Amino acid sequence: MTGQKRKPSREEIRESLRKRHGERTQRVLENSKVAVAGLGGLGSHVAVMLARAGVGSLHLIDFDRVDLSNLNRQEYWISQLGQYKTEAMREILLEINPYLCLKTDTVRLDEQNILEIFEEDPIVCEAFDRAENKAMLINTLLAGRKDVMIVAASGMAGCHSSNTIQTVQKMKRLYLCGDEKSGIEEGESLMAPRVTICAAHQANMIIRLLLGETKV
Amino acid sequence: MIRVNGEEFPLRSGMNVRELIEEMDFDETKIAVEYNGEILPKSDYEKTVLKEGDVLEVVSFVGGG
Repeated sequence: MTGQKRKPSREEIRESLRKRHGERTQRVLENSKVAVAGLGGLGSHVAVMLARAGVGSLHLIDFDRVDLSNLNRQEYWISQLGQYKTEAMREILLEINPYLCLKTDTVRLDEQNILEIFEEDPIVCEAFDRAENKAMLINTLLAGRKDVMIVAASGMAGCHSSNTIQTVQKMKRLYLCGDEKSGIEEGESLMAPRVTICAAHQANMIIRLLLGETKV
Repeated sequence: MIRVNGEEFPLRSGMNVRELIEEMDFDETKIAVEYNGEILPKSDYEKTVLKEGDVLEVVSFVGGG
């Protein structure tokens, strides 16, 4: 049998997701929008998982290009080396669902542009690499936007037990995934499994929030 | 007494949030602070003088992603 090459219609994809996830769940997810800040080891996986789950709109932000050193843990391919991560991720996501509503910003986030860039985003996934940048994004967004929810990550380096990675509600509008201690500062490297486990925690918490479930 | 990250902490008269953070050995560039249920902007750390019964959550981040 030859592989199916015809692009499925929007309705076929919608129907397939509804059959899997249920009518109500899928309607909510399809009408939802999530921003992913950083498309590295965490953000590239989070974006793919949210697209697979049927989240209708994604806003992707990253300034960087795909590098060979990313392929140990990030969702990119050799053929995408040198591309902006926003563009590489757009290609990947549209292969999962060609009808996704995608907005990309190829920009470095800082205290001056954060509020403007996330102006229309109700839920933001913090998926940065450096601790200072995580703190900057979270402080700026939580203080400047009284309605935003953030699902962040901290502590997923090394190959410690998978079971140390957790989701915790740290503040009213901040959830944190990770073991909260295994950072790159101590010279530990980031490897695909724990980074992906942590990304899955983030993606699942985001889906729970979209569906109205605020408990971790 | 005040509560910091769920634990009691002895309050010194006149102590502000920046002094508390330093005393607890947090790196100010890698944290976010919730003060009585609201995010506290960094620019307010120094002028926020702690008082009896305050509840703080100091969230500290490590690198990697």
